[in-house]
Amino acid sequence: MGISNPKELAQADALVAQLGQEAEDKGFVLAKLDDLLNWARTGSMWPMTFGLACCGVEMIHAYMSRYDLDRLGMMPRPSPRQSDVMIVAGTLTNKMAPALRKVYDQMAEPRWVVSMGSCANGGGYYHYSYSVVRGCDRIVPVDVYVPGCPPSAEALIYGLMQLHKKIRRGNKVIERG
Amino acid sequence: MLPTETLQAEITRALGDEIIELSESLGELCLHVRRTRIAEILRILRDDTALALTQLMDLCGVDYPERPERFDVVYHLLSLRHNARLRVKIQTDEVTPVPSVTAIYGAAGWFEREAWDMFGIAFADHPDLRRILTDYGFEGHPLRKDFPLSGFVEVRYDDTQKRVVYEPVKLPQEFRAFDFESPWDGMTKVMLHGDEKATGG
Repeated sequence: MGISNPKELAQADALVAQLGQEAEDKGFVLAKLDDLLNWARTGSMWPMTFGLACCGVEMIHAYMSRYDLDRLGMMPRPSPRQSDVMIVAGTLTNKMAPALRKVYDQMAEPRWVVSMGSCANGGGYYHYSYSVVRGCDRIVPVDVYVPGCPPSAEALIYGLMQLHKKIRRGNKVIERG
Repeated sequence: MLPTETLQAEITRALGDEIIELSESLGELCLHVRRTRIAEILRILRDDTALALTQLMDLCGVDYPERPERFDVVYHLLSLRHNARLRVKIQTDEVTPVPSVTAIYGAAGWFEREAWDMFGIAFADHPDLRRILTDYGFEGHPLRKDFPLSGFVEVRYDDTQKRVVYEPVKLPQEFRAFDFESPWDGMTKVMLHGDEKATGG
């Protein structure tokens, strides 16, 4: 998990040493603002808790001591005003859809959505049901889809790392004209 | 636990003529009664000390579309004192209301709302008979056998109206019926390499 292979660890150590050296020599460190922002954003993504079904239990596993999302700076928030990413974990029903959209609208920019499990991805087992939304992307724009029924905690963490990758790649300080 | 025969005898004693049919299957008792008398009968079953069926564990509907009185309403009762259970069944149709038993079992309130929501079984004198599970403004009763699986409406967020809108169901992919006998649909008659050994001899 995280940085685990020795090569990357060595690189990270070298980077820290270099930064320390720079700060000591010049008294300041130069970095790109984009990189700094992305580092901050990926390092403290606070997810909106949106456990709707059995996927919610796997999401809880990811938060708990074995996988511990806190290591990635992720703490579940009970309020959309404080959260950056919404993990839609479970079956989204027609009755729940307006509530989901309302919560999404209340989240502050920049915001991301992770669709977790078959039901949130495309209706899954309940695809033909009269009461289930055929994919939560009909309601909110989705950044990462995590397949599985339910996806294991590892799968969710892998999905979140893909989101990290997407954030690091995509963000610019001046986004739109 | 109270033996089934004892319970059967006690029910026959307590209800007498009210019983249409009292049968036992797999060690469970099932009592058929008349719709109009359900409230009185359940009161007797609850208050009779030899029965003391004081808890309503479940109330549900069943749909038999071929029958003129198409719905069953099933009451599942439990006696903690005697460790005994009883199933009580009545029949009704789409329009005839069933007497509500909320005055006898408080738990019946939401169960009857559920039966109304899912089957459209009406309950007379229910304090608050409205839908409980389905979406706000939902039309139809989804557990009826003639209700289409995918329903009539689906939802989508409309970016111009800035709200979730309802539209008629449009399935882009055809409904797929799976043959659960064979994991490889259409592969049932195919001879795989080596199969001739199994069938030949």
